Order: sequence, then C-alpha cells, then structure tokens
Amino acid sequence: MSNVFIAFQRNEETRCIVDAIMADNPNAVINLQPAMVRIDAPNTLVVRRSTVEEQMGRQFDLQELHVNLITLTGHIDETEDEFTLSWKH
Amino acid sequence: MDMKVNKKLNMKDRYNLMTRDLDWEPSYQKKSDIFPYLEYEGIKIHDWSKFEDPFRLTMDAYWKYQAEKEKKLYAIIDAFNQNNGHLQVTDARYVNALKLFLTGVSPLEYMAHRGFAHVGRQLGGAGPRVACLMQSLDEIRHSQTQIHSMSNYNKFYNGFQNFRHQHDRVWYLSVPKSFFDDAVTAGPFEFMVSIGFAFEYVLTNLLFVPFVSGAAYNGDMAAMAFGFSAQSDEARHMTLGLEMIKFILEQDPDNLPIVQRWIDKWFWRGYRVLTLVAMMMDYMLPKRVMSWKEAWETYAEQNGGALFADLARYGITVPAGWTQACKDKDHISHQAWATFYNYGAAAPFHTWTPSESEMQWLSEKYPDTFDKYYRPRFEHWAKEQKEGKRFYNTTLPMLCQTCQIPMVFTEPDDPTKIAYRESDYSGMKYHFCSDGCKGIFDHEPEKYIQAWMPVHQIYQGNCFTPEADPTAADFNPLAEVLKWYRMEMGKDNLDFEGSQDQKNFKAWRDLATAN
Amino acid sequence: MTTTSVRPYPHIQKDTVDKFPAPLLYIGWEDHLMFCAPFCLPLPPTLKFGDMLAGPLPGVFGAHPDFAKIDWTKAEWFKSGKAWTPDASKTLAENGLGHKDVIRFRTPGLNGLNGSCN
Repeated sequence: MSNVFIAFQRNEETRCIVDAIMADNPNAVINLQPAMVRIDAPNTLVVRRSTVEEQMGRQFDLQELHVNLITLTGHIDETEDEFTLSWKH
Repeated sequence: MDMKVNKKLNMKDRYNLMTRDLDWEPSYQKKSDIFPYLEYEGIKIHDWSKFEDPFRLTMDAYWKYQAEKEKKLYAIIDAFNQNNGHLQVTDARYVNALKLFLTGVSPLEYMAHRGFAHVGRQLGGAGPRVACLMQSLDEIRHSQTQIHSMSNYNKFYNGFQNFRHQHDRVWYLSVPKSFFDDAVTAGPFEFMVSIGFAFEYVLTNLLFVPFVSGAAYNGDMAAMAFGFSAQSDEARHMTLGLEMIKFILEQDPDNLPIVQRWIDKWFWRGYRVLTLVAMMMDYMLPKRVMSWKEAWETYAEQNGGALFADLARYGITVPAGWTQACKDKDHISHQAWATFYNYGAAAPFHTWTPSESEMQWLSEKYPDTFDKYYRPRFEHWAKEQKEGKRFYNTTLPMLCQTCQIPMVFTEPDDPTKIAYRESDYSGMKYHFCSDGCKGIFDHEPEKYIQAWMPVHQIYQGNCFTPEADPTAADFNPLAEVLKWYRMEMGKDNLDFEGSQDQKNFKAWRDLATAN
Repeated sequence: MTTTSVRPYPHIQKDTVDKFPAPLLYIGWEDHLMFCAPFCLPLPPTLKFGDMLAGPLPGVFGAHPDFAKIDWTKAEWFKSGKAWTPDASKTLAENGLGHKDVIRFRTPGLNGLNGSCN
C-alpha cells in the first residue's frame, strides 16, 4: 500500500478545499510547507464537490482545482462530482 | 408556456463531443501518409480510442483557467518588481541559482513546447493529440513566465543577459541541451516516454520542488509564484505521461521491452541532468530547504517506488540505473559543485566555498560522505583563497559522450575513483561516465557520435568569434572562448567574493534600510 | 545496433582526428579528485612522453601540492584501465597512444590532500 497525495498553493480558497478533503478522507494527513499544503492518504483520496461547496459557501466546479493545484500522484478519475486519486497495486 | 430545460451534458460526454468526436476517418488519403511516424519505432497501437483522457479539459475551460493563473502570476511579478523584491532574498549568492535555472532550464521549456507541438500533430488518436497540444501551449507559457519572472533580476545582477545564446554554446549547458535534442529527434512514442513520462512524472518533482521551495525559503517571491503557477500545469502533464505509458503497454505485449528500454534510458539521462539541481540544493541556497539526499529519498525512492510498484502489473521494472542513482545520492551534489568551483572562470554565474556553518550542515546531512571525501577540498580551496591564490582550473576536462558532463562521477562502490567506461565504434574510441551512459551509446551509437561536445569543439577551433586571430602572438584561447560565449570576464564569472553582484547587493540593501 | 529511423540514418563522426590540431589524449591523476575530472589535451604524436611530463603536465596538474613531490620513476600507469609501461624516451605515437586514448597515473605515497584522495 502506498500513499497518494495532492498539493495546493496555500490561500483562502484552498483552505476550504483542504478542509473538505480532510472531512471526506479520515486517513488523510496534512503536510504544511512554505506557501504549499500537501495532503497524503493511503491508497486513495477523493475531492467531493458537494463538501467543498459546503466549506466555501458558493458553487464550485471541480475543474477550478487547476488554478491552485501544484502537484499530485496516483491515477485520476474525474467526474462532475468527484475527483479521485488512487493506486491500483 | 412550458420552459423546457435541456439536461446538461456530463463532463465525459461533453469532452468526447468536442475532441475525439470531431476526428474523422480519411477517405482519400492513406492514414500512413497522414501519420508517417507511427510505425517505425516498432510500437503497435491497435485502438487509439482506448486512450483515456484523465483531465477532461476542453479549450474553453483551458483558456479560462490559464487566464486566471496568468493574471494572478503577473500581478505578483508586478508587485515583486515594484517593491524591489530582489533585495528581500537571503543574500545575493541565491541569485546565482536563478542564473543556473535561466540558462539551463528555461530553454528546455521552449524545446518541450516544440516537441509537444510535433507529437500533437503526429500521434494517431484525437485524445492524446488534444492533450499534447495543450501541453505545448503550457510549455511555451512556462518558458515565457520564467523569463518574465527573472527579467527583474537581470536589471540588477550580472550573468542573465545572454542566456539564450549561451544555452547553445557553453560547456555545462550542452548537458541539458543535448538531453532535449535527443528527445525531440526521437519518434513520437519515445518522446512521450522520455518527456511525458520519465521526465514529467518520475523526475519532475526533483526539478521543481527544490527550485520553488528554494525560492520560498530564500525570499524570492517572483520565482516562487512562477513555480506554483507552472506546477498546476504540471499536474496535467504528469497525468498525460502516466496515461500514455498505461495505454501503450495495454495495446500490445510486444511494446513492453521497447518501453522498458526507453524508461531505462530516459531515467538515466534525466537523472544525470538533475546533477545540476543536486548541487543547487546543497550549495547555492543560503537558506537550504533539504539536502539532495533527502529530496531523492522522498521524491524518487518513496514516490517513484510507489509508481513502479503500480506499473509492475504490466511487467515494468524499476529503471536499470536505479540502484546506482540511490547509492550516488550521497555524492553527486558535492562532485558537481566542486566541478563548477574548478571551472568558475567559465560559467556565467558565481561560485564560492561553503562557509564553516554550511559545511556543518553538509556534515549533518551527509554523515557518511561529506567529511571523509569532500570537506578536504573545500577547506584547501578556502585556505588558498585567503592567501590570494583562488584555484581556477584552466585545462579543459574529459567529457562523457552521452550525458556530456565532465567525467566527475566516481565508481558506485568506491567514491575515491573516477569511473571510466569506453566503447570502440567505427574506428574510434568513445568514453562514458557510467554503465548507464555507455549502454545508451551502445544501443544507438550513430545518434551520439555526432554530438557537439563543447571541449572537442573548442579544440577544433569552432568556438571563436570571427574577429579572433589564432595566429596573433598574444592569442589567449580561453579568453577568446569566453568572448564567444558572450561572458563578461570579471563580471559574469569568477568567485562571488569581490563580485559586482556582492558589492551592489550590499550597497542597495544598506540604502533601503538607512538614510 | 542501428538507430531506428524513417530514412537511412546519416553517419556523422564529429570528432575524427583530422578535425583537430593534434590527436586528443585524455589523462587523469588517480586519487587527486581536487581536479574534478580527467583532462583532455591535443598533443602532437611526435612529442616524447618524457617531454610531456616535463612540459605541459606542470601547467595542468601543478596547482596541487602533491605535484612538486612526484617521482616519475615510481609512477604507475594505466591505459584504458589496464597496467601499462610507457617509455619516457619514446614519442606518444611510439608508445602506442592514438586519438582519444585514455591514460591514468597513480603516484604511490601521494594520495591527495592529507591522503584523502582529494
């Protein structure tokens, strides 16, 4: 089992995205670096649009992740409602 | 009147309609004429529609999000420039890391743009063509934003001004240049494996995280902002590379040995180019982020390990040079910095000996190797410098025919011995720094016997300006080469101590904080 | 192995001996890593080996404190990594050295700065 991770620039928008990820992924771990936040999770990590919208207080299109995304690992599955990273081994 | 609300297309259908469904089967031209490069590499693709676009970005979304990133980035660059942000860096030695980046990396972004534009035309499936065209746009964006970010430094510090001219000529820059020339002159599938996968997935974090975190730790907001802005594009690049690998391997089992060989080759070539980053992290950042060894353990051993565990189900194994690269993590940064210290008169950035406290940090980060193998030379050089005899090596080095780095690497099991490898080909000897580089040559010697090797070209007399007169009594070949490099002697090169950069930075900082 | 290509791949050797003022010789001093890499020198094939030791080499290696202490009669030589005994009175060509040959020398007892191989 290996970790997947996703990393964002640190700003007020990503603060809500990170909170949403932590709420939906109980085994995720936050790693804070200068200007950057990385979230590691064993095997799989999901970003759920509805949770992000709750945190942000506005409508959110998952493709907006592109604006603040720094890097990630794992295979991606993207729909309107969920953005998932996973390893298959 | 009834308002009929049409159901919106879902993301996957909308993407397909606007990309692959706009493709067509040619009715009056042969497919092999339209796509002439798809067969010669021996890769077999039976069904291009099996390529899964991981990021379903259509052009409208692309422009929207890229425009937003650009506005944010240029606002930061403006603020940085307006605020004399360059005076906030830890100290002016840091600026030399940027000179290394601008001369070595930014031109590669431009070549990536060219390479992806080419494969964006030549690949047989609409899905990968679209993704490659977006990547081609991203890469020229990176080239431009890097140049913009660093242009402010060019107003104040020496060595930035001829980066483009120097990338094609200067001895250490043939290392990154030849790396990318090798990639863009390969076929479309090898290009995708070399750059899309090996560089953009396996190795990318080892280039960007050190430079961008280095910028953040050293007060360089412009480079940091560029870095984060580019990284969000990189996530798309990484997924394209990984998806291409999966797609190629799933199309035909015959593709496996070809792909494995490319992974072996390009891991090694990319790893060799990253030698420059290793030395930057350990020696050029006044405020260090982490050691090269630590970066390698995180981004190569852990992340790379997870990746190759995942690809094992296709029969892919870790690259051939992996074990050696892991052994050498204790050595290459020191060997590289010592090289630039040796040839400090010939590079358009400054070099220096690490201070006692910096050597203390190196000692702690490299407990098995720094004090034993590397401290002695730095202490000796510092002593000589104090006595007014700063060491500059004035004889040209032997280069590796494949990676074109001077032969500075040592045997993996004996760091006191330079590693020498050689091959005989077409009546001549060729020399290499490692089994990895020799293996690459032996597989395709015709590709590498035509290499433009800086040291050999200098001796052939091809590195002088038209005005140079080799018959003149006072002809100084090294000085003439520097003229040809468009390097200003005494300004762009030599030690940081006593440089114009050092004096200016101090004077300006004093001005900013006193009356 | 031939390079894969769509058309016959051209044969271009950039570094044939005719392009240089003299054949290239690569020379390295074992256990003296202060010099980051072995050196590359164009040397006339008619140059006597002993004259090479006395002539160009001090300019190449002289910055190292060990160099002045070298007793050339005790130096051990290697050509392409194999033990080799050059004759100082013969020319480079007569010693069998050709274009792009690589030689190394080891100076027993002189092993770099404080014996560190630096």
